[in-house]
Amino acid sequence: MIETITRIPVAHYANLKERAGYSIKIDDKEIALFKLSSGEVYALENRSPHPKGGVLSEGLVSGRFVYCPVYDWKISLVDGMVQAPDEGQVRTYSVERKEDILFIVL
Amino acid sequence: MKKLVMIGNGMAGVRAIEEILKVAPDKYTITIFGQEPYPNYNRIKLSNILQGDTNFEDIIINPLEWYQENQIQLYTGETVVKIDREAKHVISDQGREVDYDELIIATGSNSFILPIPGADKIGVTGFRDIKDCEMMIKSSKQYKKAVVIGGGLLGLEAARGLLNLGMKVDVVHLMPHLMERQLDPIASSLLKGELESQGMNFLMEKETVEILGDEHVTGLRFKDGSEVETDLVVMAIGIKANTAVAKDSGIYVNRGIVVNDFMETSEPHIYAVGECAEHREIVYGLVAPLYEQGKVLANRIAGIVGEAYEGSVTGTQLKVAGVDLFSAGEIFEDGTTKSIMIYNEYDGVYKRVLTRNDLIVGIVLYGDTTDSTRLYRLLTKKEDISGVAIFQTACSGESSSDDIASMPDDELVCGCNGVTKGAIVEAIQAQGLTTLDQVSHCTNAGRSCGRCKPMVSNILAHTLGDQFDATAAQKTSICGCTTVSREELVAEIKVKGLTSVKEVMNVLDWNNEEGCTKCRPAINYYLGMIYMDEYKDDRDSRLVNEKMHANIQKDGTYSVVPRMYGGVTTAADLKKIAEIAEKYAVPLVKLTGGQRIGLFGVKKEDLPSMWEELDMPSGYAYGKTLRTVKTCVGAQFCRYGTQDSMALGIELEKKFERLDTPHKVKMGVSACPRNCSEAGIKDIGFVGIDGGWEIYVAGNGGVDLRPGDLLCTVKTQEEVMEMTGAYLQYYRETANYLERTSKWVERVGLEHVKEVLANEQTRKDLNERMDLTLKKYIEPWNEAIQNEEIQDKYYAKHTITSGSESK
Repeated sequence: MIETITRIPVAHYANLKERAGYSIKIDDKEIALFKLSSGEVYALENRSPHPKGGVLSEGLVSGRFVYCPVYDWKISLVDGMVQAPDEGQVRTYSVERKEDILFIVL
Repeated sequence: MKKLVMIGNGMAGVRAIEEILKVAPDKYTITIFGQEPYPNYNRIKLSNILQGDTNFEDIIINPLEWYQENQIQLYTGETVVKIDREAKHVISDQGREVDYDELIIATGSNSFILPIPGADKIGVTGFRDIKDCEMMIKSSKQYKKAVVIGGGLLGLEAARGLLNLGMKVDVVHLMPHLMERQLDPIASSLLKGELESQGMNFLMEKETVEILGDEHVTGLRFKDGSEVETDLVVMAIGIKANTAVAKDSGIYVNRGIVVNDFMETSEPHIYAVGECAEHREIVYGLVAPLYEQGKVLANRIAGIVGEAYEGSVTGTQLKVAGVDLFSAGEIFEDGTTKSIMIYNEYDGVYKRVLTRNDLIVGIVLYGDTTDSTRLYRLLTKKEDISGVAIFQTACSGESSSDDIASMPDDELVCGCNGVTKGAIVEAIQAQGLTTLDQVSHCTNAGRSCGRCKPMVSNILAHTLGDQFDATAAQKTSICGCTTVSREELVAEIKVKGLTSVKEVMNVLDWNNEEGCTKCRPAINYYLGMIYMDEYKDDRDSRLVNEKMHANIQKDGTYSVVPRMYGGVTTAADLKKIAEIAEKYAVPLVKLTGGQRIGLFGVKKEDLPSMWEELDMPSGYAYGKTLRTVKTCVGAQFCRYGTQDSMALGIELEKKFERLDTPHKVKMGVSACPRNCSEAGIKDIGFVGIDGGWEIYVAGNGGVDLRPGDLLCTVKTQEEVMEMTGAYLQYYRETANYLERTSKWVERVGLEHVKEVLANEQTRKDLNERMDLTLKKYIEPWNEAIQNEEIQDKYYAKHTITSGSESK
């Protein structure tokens, strides 16, 4: 079986502001892209694992975490793990950068 | 998922639900019925409310959000009247039927009201819930004299509270000694002496036979024929398990609902827990055993084979009117016991340990309870005490630290929440905790009755060793990222001249470099408050609603509420709103509580164009700022109106709109005391009277329902503006971030605020700082429309079809 990897160009790195989240829709998938103060970029599914849902892209970014804007869950941008005392995990996507173009790997 | 229903919404039951959520999070959909119109609150603290030490919000254990987050359907103010065991459903007094697979009865208990003539008169109450407290507080404002029947713990706490409320209090007790079930005669006479010196009057060995009066109580008659006058009777004789619904439904009931070691009643799939349950012929009334029961029940319901409940030995740590007491095990000597005593009448300290065959069988401590944990361990573990020093001498100085060192890890520190020393030490070390507040937060220790806080503090000191900072450990830090309190933060910002959120976190050594959702908005607020027009707002330190200038809804859409000064609009504006609502297919158009029109369910990416087409300023329905000024029609049209309420409302709203405040601020303006704008429950309310305005402050119509207090009466609209500016600015400068005006006024005192604002120069200075601050605000919707960078960063949704090249 041949595995296909799809790389989708999503943004210019220089256009992204630090400590901000961007919502990106690829076909039917909604992805939240975050640029940290350190310059790192992470991509997560734009949906909180809270039972009632909620988006992540408008959450407050602190270090390598984002706080879900609706129920204030603290979520790791690196592995998508929800921090204690809450529980859950958000799907993460790997981000690749070629010069100024950022790609999301599906 | 299976259905779990609980009848009762009190401490024991809700704790059991918490345990169930822990061990079987997705097994049940949960429904809870509560008779009282509140979420679960800490009943132990009712006496503090009565004594004025705390308010209702502080004693809520599980706020309504907790029920929502755990998807628990809660029906408050609703009583279950029938359990249909055949059909497996319960029926409430409002006719609601809910099916169950498993049913928990946690109906608690009621005050025991003496069955004597007159017990139904107005002015007779138990002491059991918020309603009782409110009744007593209300009576104290109207009447002078109260009688408490019952000289047990509950009765004495009620009496102390009534004394604080300024009433004259008699305590009637049937027995010759107070608290005879916990104290021996010596301790009880010491207590009586102390309470008498605080102003309580005791009528001992009196049996009440009748309550006198017509509709309202006027006095009591005792068996010996004597009488006493009173305006209020509080019955605190004891509690009675609330078993009515169980009994009516054919479940076996003795004194309580009879359960086995797994909290199962006589009926399959029906359980009982808490004060309504009778286990091995004992009905428990203290919180620790009830929490133990909850744990056993949770395992049973989760289908986990766990330990059985085998009953509890109870040690009672009490504080009555400032006196520390501890009591456990047997109280009275018999021929086989030997006592070890310390009796220091001078310092008011009395300790007695009752032993039998080299084992401790009973403990009474009065005035000094530092030995309680150690002695209680010797009692419950049945350790041989020959050769053991029973009482530590007070002169060793470091005894507390030694005590901690010798304390085994499995020793229970917080009995209410079942937290051991080991768990506390582990949390301190693993999570780097440095304050009592943090330890309570992480472990639950000290969160119920609070008596173990000194012990937790000692453990913290012992664990941290040299790094322990006693003053820092006691204070409330603004969040877990720091140990700095609000006062220190504001002082440090000023002294060190810190000018940005980042700099504050950096210089003040935040342990979490970029802060969290609690501290960042707070720091941003304080900086804006201190530097007024010189501070550049850090938009990314605001939470979603203020950052987006729209209210986020649970599905990620937003609401748009345009400004409508004083709630006054025009036909043209209404047409425009209607057209835009149609054009953008807005799912919901609704009048808000503050006399505005809300458009709900708007997509993020539609916000800027909708704002542009509306061409109206933001109504700030989302911010910690002035929300709305609600007005009545007033003198312009209303035949009762004495003042122009709409004009004042519009002037207020135009002046103070967009101002950052510690929490939201709502205003109301009425043109006459009929008060159609509900100004009496606003942060600031204005009521027109003949020849002037009354200004009411600190009202609240929300969670913390509170009528406003009259701040002052002024003659002209200019004076209204001057006083309001000064008041608001003083609130801005002295309140904690997220403290509503109602809480703030209660904390600092209305008299204090009046005093400050009485000084004309102070008012002038406050108004100058207010005006300087107001200069900096620009209309945010218009700013977003003009600024592409803002649009791209906050409002764009980038849609990409896979295979395409760029965004």
